[in-house]
Amino acid sequence: MGWDPLPNGHGKGLALYLSLRDRPGGATPHDARTTASRVSSVVVTLGIVSMLTDMSSESVVAVLPLYVTATLGLSTIAYGFIDGLMQGASALVRILGGWAADRLDRPKWVAFFGYGVSALTRGALLFAAGFGAITALVTFDRIGKGFRTAPRDAIITASSNRQFLGRSFGVHRTLDTVGAALGPLMAFVVLWEIPNGYSTVFVASFACALLGLAALGLLVPDVRPRAKLGGPKVERVPIRWRHVLGGPARPILIAAAVLGLLTVGDGFIYLALQSRDGFATRWFPLLYVGTNIGYLGLAIPVGRLADRVGRAKVLVIGHLGLVAAYAVAAMHSGGTRSTLLCLLLMGTFYAATDGVLAAIAGRVSSDESRASTIAAAQTVTAVARMIASSAFGLLWYTIGRSSALDVVALALVVAVPACYLLTRRLDRDVAADDAAAVEANSK
Amino acid sequence: MLVIALVVVAGAGGYGVHAYASYRQTQASATPVDQMALDTALDQPHIVFRSTAPGADYGRVAVVPLSDPTGPRAFTPATCDRVYATTSEAMCLRTVRGIPTTFEADLLNKQWQVERSWPLPGVPSRTRISADGSLVATTAFVTGDSYASVGFSTRTRITGVDGHDYGNIEFYKLIVNGKTIAPVDRNMWGVTFVNDSQFYATAASTLYGTTWLVRGNLRAKTLTAIHRNVECPSVSPDGTRIAFKQATKYGSGKWHITVLNLKTGVETQLDEPRSVDDQVEWLNNSTLLYGLPRKGSPGETDVYSIRVDAHAKPKLFIADAWSPSVVREIQYRTQPRQSVD
Repeated sequence: MGWDPLPNGHGKGLALYLSLRDRPGGATPHDARTTASRVSSVVVTLGIVSMLTDMSSESVVAVLPLYVTATLGLSTIAYGFIDGLMQGASALVRILGGWAADRLDRPKWVAFFGYGVSALTRGALLFAAGFGAITALVTFDRIGKGFRTAPRDAIITASSNRQFLGRSFGVHRTLDTVGAALGPLMAFVVLWEIPNGYSTVFVASFACALLGLAALGLLVPDVRPRAKLGGPKVERVPIRWRHVLGGPARPILIAAAVLGLLTVGDGFIYLALQSRDGFATRWFPLLYVGTNIGYLGLAIPVGRLADRVGRAKVLVIGHLGLVAAYAVAAMHSGGTRSTLLCLLLMGTFYAATDGVLAAIAGRVSSDESRASTIAAAQTVTAVARMIASSAFGLLWYTIGRSSALDVVALALVVAVPACYLLTRRLDRDVAADDAAAVEANSK
Repeated sequence: MLVIALVVVAGAGGYGVHAYASYRQTQASATPVDQMALDTALDQPHIVFRSTAPGADYGRVAVVPLSDPTGPRAFTPATCDRVYATTSEAMCLRTVRGIPTTFEADLLNKQWQVERSWPLPGVPSRTRISADGSLVATTAFVTGDSYASVGFSTRTRITGVDGHDYGNIEFYKLIVNGKTIAPVDRNMWGVTFVNDSQFYATAASTLYGTTWLVRGNLRAKTLTAIHRNVECPSVSPDGTRIAFKQATKYGSGKWHITVLNLKTGVETQLDEPRSVDDQVEWLNNSTLLYGLPRKGSPGETDVYSIRVDAHAKPKLFIADAWSPSVVREIQYRTQPRQSVD
């Protein structure tokens, strides 16, 4: 395997380290070189949970506007208002989820609660007929989603070999994204066979959500990072936010904020593509699927690359993919090829940033504040991107599509080297730490 | 786990099979409404609408004579989610089912054949044609994906029947109280045409917490706010009043019908207790038409009428109907039409 970062002898040492520290029933040296054995079964299970949950949510997302207009006879216009408001709320809930997971030392059950809330909203959709009911359900779904993300990523971190964190997150995000692609497909197949079969879509979605919930509840171990640390009796110490924000995670939080401020919403990119070519207009509702396919194909290789060359490096440099996507979208004329290229670039950007950010935050945090640190990094990114989108909307309106995209691309070109310098030490420290661990274990 | 998985999959599968069977049964049954010849209906002042009577013809565009709206209806070959017709043409916004599902705007000629077709970026919402038949407006609702939706949620585009594109009116200059503003979350929808260069529409911003009635100018590409808390305006045939849906509270999802007198600025709220989420249509200078979903039976709708009078009560106008448009004057037909009977 060309990707393998380490010569053979070290590979065996790693396998030993892996089976001693992280995988009680786990790897044997001869299969330690494959991705499957380097990624914990817990991560794969969580990936499947996310896949089922994403199938569930994306199938509903794909048909909900149609259902609301065609069947309920409501215009969906006001629904858009709620959407914007909820994004802010979901960022806050995310912090809460991370905090609760650390404080209770029960990331699994906190995540379960989040998944459970979302699953319930699917079941309730069958009975929702009014505007108020639908928006309430969409709101609860968002809250559930915000709540579960950080605890789940903390479990992934805790169950993975530290050296293959990027790969583990890559595997998880790939499965997750597969679900996001299968969901709309499932919904469209149902509507193809049964044109008014919205309730069938909701039932199928509910079934997926229940399967995911059951898999999480029954198959994922109840990881308790703090209990493992401190023996049977652990005091429930409050999480020190100063520690989370000022600790080793600080450079990555700053970089996430700076880069997030220059990441305008995908919606704008799609709008830019749509405003210049017919291909993008026809497929507008599905452009995000193109991005997802790029993301899906690249999440594992880029995660492995991040493990090898440094995660912060990949995260920061991955933003050059976004620069290229802006540049393509800013071109005055376009066509099918440049639209597809732009989507692929966005997929690359997501592969280099989404899972990798969680891997970095999980790696540099201590066991007792892991979920909080991951939540902090993700919230910083989400809030910064929301601000970026607002500002970009204004910029687009003032100086036009192409110039606005060029300005942001240029700013990113300046920000990337700065963030690279800022986070360089993180990769070095992690590499040194990992090398020391390998050393200690091979003795 | 295995037991749970089996139970869940069997339950969902059973539901799907049952739904499929009952759908086939409905499709096989004839639409339970009286029908008439299409030519007869079109040769007199008439109303074009989307028929929501269950059965094989669900969603088909239908026509009833203005003189007998509750009587038999004539079905056209077109199937649309939203339709608007004049004497010379019709606009049809429709869902193209498939994997994946896409959306389309079709300009139909007098024979209900597609003259021109262009893609819509989202779910069909509103459409209008100018009285002279030269301009069409479409509003589509764009959701994007759950990962990264930004403030853009409606796309309203004005196009010439000749193919000229006047663009997305979201990027027209929005002027409120003499000042140009550009809130990032602005949305525009629900165009109603005054003539071949002017129109009214809704502009909204959550940041400002309001919706505006704007007067649009196609040549200057401007939108000037002239009133607040107005959605989906519809200008009366004589051009003196605008009927619209007015939110009981911003973002509440409940609307009543109000009529604004453009000369005096006086608003008249009509006595329709149910929430109306539609772009109303003028039957004549004193009566409005609008669609309402039938309570308790999803997918079924009725068109109601109400006189423009604070004390008038709504009346059922056409059952099993949606998206009405009134064609008052009948042009002389240059092409002889094939007779159905």
